[in-house]
Amino acid sequence: MNNSQLNRIKNHLFKAFAIFCTSAGLIVLAALLYVIISQGFSRIDYDFINNLPSRRPHRAGIFTALCGMVWVLVLTVCISFPIGIGAGIYLQEYGKKNFFTNFIEVNISNLAGVPSIIYGILGLELFGRVLGLGNSILTGSLTLSLLILPVIIVSAREAIKAVPSSLREASYGLGATKWQTIWNVVLPSSFGGIMTGLILAVSRAIGETAPLIVIGALVYVPFAPSSVMDEFTVLPIQIFNWVTRPQTAFVTNAAAAIVILLAFTFLMNGLAILIRNRYNKRTKF
Amino acid sequence: MMLKIKEKIIESFLIVCSLITVLTTLAIIYVLASETINFFRAVSVIEFFTGTEWTPLFAIKRFGILPLLSGTLLTTFIAIAVALPLGLTIAVFLNEYAPPRFTNVVKPLLEILASVPTVVYGFFALTFVTPLLQSFLPGLSGFNALSAGLVMGVMIIPYISSLSEDALRAVPKSLREAAYGMGSTKLQTAFRVMVPAASSGIIVSIILAISRAAGETMIVAIAAGQEPRLSFNPLKSVETITTYIVQVSMGDVPHDSLEYSTIFAAGMALFIFTFILNNISFWIRRKFQQKYE
Amino acid sequence: MYKLEARSVNLYYGEKQALKDIGMGIEPNTVTAFIGPSGCGKSTFLRCFNRMNDLIDNVRITGDILIDGRNVYKSKIDVDEHRKKIGMVFQKPNPFPKNIFENVAYGLRIKGVKDKAVVEAAVERALKQAALWDEVKDDLKKSALSLSGGQQQRLCIARAMAVEPSVILMDEPASALDPISTSKIEDLIYELKSSYTIVIVTHNMQQAARISDKTAFFYLGELIEYNKTATIFTNPAKEQTQKYITGRFG
Repeated sequence: MNNSQLNRIKNHLFKAFAIFCTSAGLIVLAALLYVIISQGFSRIDYDFINNLPSRRPHRAGIFTALCGMVWVLVLTVCISFPIGIGAGIYLQEYGKKNFFTNFIEVNISNLAGVPSIIYGILGLELFGRVLGLGNSILTGSLTLSLLILPVIIVSAREAIKAVPSSLREASYGLGATKWQTIWNVVLPSSFGGIMTGLILAVSRAIGETAPLIVIGALVYVPFAPSSVMDEFTVLPIQIFNWVTRPQTAFVTNAAAAIVILLAFTFLMNGLAILIRNRYNKRTKF
Repeated sequence: MMLKIKEKIIESFLIVCSLITVLTTLAIIYVLASETINFFRAVSVIEFFTGTEWTPLFAIKRFGILPLLSGTLLTTFIAIAVALPLGLTIAVFLNEYAPPRFTNVVKPLLEILASVPTVVYGFFALTFVTPLLQSFLPGLSGFNALSAGLVMGVMIIPYISSLSEDALRAVPKSLREAAYGMGSTKLQTAFRVMVPAASSGIIVSIILAISRAAGETMIVAIAAGQEPRLSFNPLKSVETITTYIVQVSMGDVPHDSLEYSTIFAAGMALFIFTFILNNISFWIRRKFQQKYE
Repeated sequence: MYKLEARSVNLYYGEKQALKDIGMGIEPNTVTAFIGPSGCGKSTFLRCFNRMNDLIDNVRITGDILIDGRNVYKSKIDVDEHRKKIGMVFQKPNPFPKNIFENVAYGLRIKGVKDKAVVEAAVERALKQAALWDEVKDDLKKSALSLSGGQQQRLCIARAMAVEPSVILMDEPASALDPISTSKIEDLIYELKSSYTIVIVTHNMQQAARISDKTAFFYLGELIEYNKTATIFTNPAKEQTQKYITGRFG
């Protein structure tokens, strides 16, 4: 067998291996979804969603976890969106290529790579102890806000960067101020991209467990929160708690809760993609 | 005049937003450092870095971080051992072999892997992967590094495959055409020309994947175990730095105790590790980005 | 008095000098064409008049630029207010991704004009002046991006005129358009002369010859010759001008 025949065989083998690798990833994903849905789907009923947690698996429900999740998410959105978009606007529209801006950019890249549990430690000490907010929803939201801030800033910048400079020039040429240009031309044009980034950041926040455990979110919460200073739990923590129990009935509960969590996550991601496609069509540059 | 004042106020607000990120970093460093310094008032640095037992919560307290480090490194290593060959192969395949339509479908599907909450992966590792592996690895304990590492590896495949594929795509077409022009097969072109040309981007993706794996918490907390063990045996249960932090946070450790400050020391070790890795990757990216501008 | 005047203007991009000692005066209610090969500085010089070069990092300007006798760079003028008095039309039509009405009304809105009737009247007047009114009057809420290239450029002209500037600067306004749209815009410029002072940068010498009163020829950052259009094209004084207009280079 000469050299070129050998090479051709190697080529084909690689192709087969590559298809195997690609399928492996997708197969695992499919297996994961199958295992979880088959175990958990049947457990979902009205009671499951509406019940409070309980020591008896058949009576336990995710109501408080869902409430906690909604409270935390809404508050996180309210805190992180304005700050993240504001920083994105500043860096992209006002920032000049100097040391200050460069430093902030490097810093944001670093923050994006910090493990989420470290944010939990920060939140525990800074918000929980120093500011005295304890293990409340507010602490959790502030912590998650810091966590997703780099994601929001980066996607806001990308969306703003994509607005062609010819539109800014047209606006400045008409005598608009910097902020008038940003508010009337740049932001409306980048709205789709910014929204996509925001939704993806939220979908990431939904799944975060470790930082909230560290700040002291409880595992057993028999009441729904009624203020931002209340203690709370969220769905991922509830899942974590059930998974670690030995009784199989709790494992089933965990699977059921995961189905709901995944539904939320995939819904958000799908929404983000939908918005991105719709806005790409509308403002074709 | 009012307009000018309004513009200035808005700009100040936006600057403050940007500075919050700087404050966050400073706060992280300050919180970790101050508590770690407290910790080292009571525990010797040498014991911390060279001790082989980690038992802060037991009666006889030992504070050697090596068991936690080995747990983190072992699970990370297994994860990379899975993600690197698969991720890189996928990247090369999508870039060199697959038609664009295929890539456009497969790439987002793989990115779904990265968006699944890690709690779900932990559940999968514990309840499906471990029993599956136990059926042909009899020595596998219920909590072990192998299952957690494998599942983590699958989770970070897109980190390597997507970023490497972007790096390959950035290589100028002329290089590829030169290789084909000389009669290279796809395989030869891919691995002798394209991958070396994109090597800086690929290395960056690997470093970021390592950093991600080392910082992962829930998968290992659920499936890898809570026994600190200085060992590189993947069949036994281990404890990673991140799992330890969770373990203490969920317990009843009083807030101003030495045991409590161990989570800061452990967190500091993790932070420094990922910080160094991330900055190496930024440096590589910056240094080699100019090549094809 | 000159409407627009330049005295010893030099412009530097960092170390590179893009404009060398330019001096000229433009009378009110005239059309002046800037011609010259690519990179000769004609667009750069045009943008000095409304300080659009400020938007680029690392630009340094010396000399004087005056509009209505006022020094645009030296006296304490508000740049944004200054730009409101000068209209600019760019090479590639750049309507905002808004509807037709909002595009034309933009200049008024940022000036703070709130009266609906005033805005509507201004929009209608500007669209009529830009010879676009009849084509769009039935649906002003349509997206500006749905118009053809030539219509979009006329929309941009209407947008510039809605705030009634006294000067209109045009940077190769027809170079991205088809011949029919181009001729419509040339007719438009000719009409506008009576109310505005117009400076147009163009690559197209026939266009310059058709519509301008005076022409300035630039080469490698210098103003080589500036005279009545008829003179430049039939009896140029400088050899370089002669070479350019006969197509020896460019």
